Amino acid sequence: MTERAPVLSVRGLSVRFLMPGGRRVAAVTDAHFDVAPGECLALVGESGCGKSVLASALLGLLPGNAQTAGQALLGETDLLAADERTLARTVRGRLIGLVPQSPAAHLTPVRTIRSHLRETLTELTGVRGRAALRAAAGKAAERAAFPAGHLDHHPHELSGGLAQRAATALALVGDAPLLLADEPTTGLDRDLVDRTVDELRRHVDEGSEGAEGAEGAGASAGNAGAGRALLMITHDLAAAERIADRVAVMYAGRIVELTDAAAFFGAPGPRHPYSRGLLQALPDRAFTPIPGLPPELGDLPDGCAFAARCARATGACAVPPPLTGTVACHHPHQEPGPRAPAAQPLAPEAADRA
Amino acid sequence: MLELRAITAGYVKNAPVVRNVSLTIAPGEAVGLLGPSGCGKSTLARVAALLHRPDSGTLVLDGRPVRRWRHRAPRELRTAFGVVFQQPRLSADPRLALRDLVAEPLRATGRREGLAERVAELASAVGLTPDLLGRRPHEVSDGQLQRACLARALVLRPRWLVCDEMTAMLDASTTAALVAVVEEYRAATGAGLLAVGHDRTLLDRWCDRTVHWETLPARARPAEDGQPAPERVPAG
Repeated sequence: MTERAPVLSVRGLSVRFLMPGGRRVAAVTDAHFDVAPGECLALVGESGCGKSVLASALLGLLPGNAQTAGQALLGETDLLAADERTLARTVRGRLIGLVPQSPAAHLTPVRTIRSHLRETLTELTGVRGRAALRAAAGKAAERAAFPAGHLDHHPHELSGGLAQRAATALALVGDAPLLLADEPTTGLDRDLVDRTVDELRRHVDEGSEGAEGAEGAGASAGNAGAGRALLMITHDLAAAERIADRVAVMYAGRIVELTDAAAFFGAPGPRHPYSRGLLQALPDRAFTPIPGLPPELGDLPDGCAFAARCARATGACAVPPPLTGTVACHHPHQEPGPRAPAAQPLAPEAADRA
Repeated sequence: MLELRAITAGYVKNAPVVRNVSLTIAPGEAVGLLGPSGCGKSTLARVAALLHRPDSGTLVLDGRPVRRWRHRAPRELRTAFGVVFQQPRLSADPRLALRDLVAEPLRATGRREGLAERVAELASAVGLTPDLLGRRPHEVSDGQLQRACLARALVLRPRWLVCDEMTAMLDASTTAALVAVVEEYRAATGAGLLAVGHDRTLLDRWCDRTVHWETLPARARPAEDGQPAPERVPAG
């Protein structure tokens, strides 16, 4: 899958929040994944499962009571170990472009889109001078298909789709090798969702084109014409299905399945019972909810966090399952092909009888 | 019967977002109203739920025209509607524990008798644990808060439910769970439903019939003048 060096390599990322009274909330536990150039990885899961905390950890935007462990390598930079100065000067905007959840809230209400772009260009690129900035702002808007005629509008004068494009244009200015989209489609209608994610996909496929003045740290992360990487955090499975190459399913702070998007959404389908339940809840599938509620991140069970809601759970689930192959489950659904799953303690007597 | 007849409504003088729109919902019927963002479908839903006074047109509820909206509407009409909005965080008082959030309509209408039992009954219907009931909105997830908001909408046993993008912020499993709760309630009480949304697959699956905003009778295009045209720009 990833013959090229990954853009982002996350190893054992954990985030704990220390709460008053000594309580600890395990928001993210031991996450491992890579995102390759030109690849879109969709991180899916329900609200409160830790997806957005993971995004904040990568950007160094966690609140003060958070403790992180593990590594998140972007080029040579370990995002978790980097100090604020490094994050502010070389990471945000330059190595990671953030496509925010709610563009209307992300943009400054009292300034025009052109003014936003001009400031971002001044900060992130070498473009100087009124005329040059004006031209560069037009070009930056064009890359995100933001219409030039709306550049002098304020955010409240834009529709949801246009605000989303404005935010995307800003995220692309620094020509970062990694785009991080945190719930980019929440609250948009279906046509707009499709259009928004298609555009994100286009930016991944087009990759970095050495835009005006991308000197500085941005160029160091091995993105030589290979395309951008996109990490899309979403609860919208239809949006994920539309553009993702791979899917990571998060449940109660852990990645429980990490697999090819085609296999996940098509045949043979997800292997983790939770992923399966999530897909079956879609209105064009069974439309049946997963019974029960997800556990509290501050009060996780010792074993598999999904066991209480799982029809396949047995005594083995009292021990947390490691991520073996593509799935972290003691009783995953059958793997396709001849290989039997390595950790499949179910029904050995069937083999004996044969 | 809930009849919206030739409704014109909006927020800015001379620039209504809803122009001359009609829609009828039979008793016990579930109607899905589908449309792109900014088309005015939520405004129409607010008119139907007595939350927004239209500039012109009539709302006829069980044969009687409605004359007053919002706080001026008579209580027996207001309580005939249960409403669930898109963003639970904006529709929940941050000071109230979920238990009090659900109980608020009962308190506001002076129905304190059996309050605790009614709240407990609804909490188990929408899947909220006693532990969650004791928490305030900032201590629960969007999905959990929306469960509480749905329980609040059902607590007075309304004859009509208006769900305005109820599931837009929610994951697939919570969506399916909340829709199941609404349908159980409707099966038990025969309540009618107006579900507003932009997800055709969801509304088709959920409702008896789905109408698209564009096909609603007797309407003109929304807000051509002044306001920015929503998404008329060719992509790319």
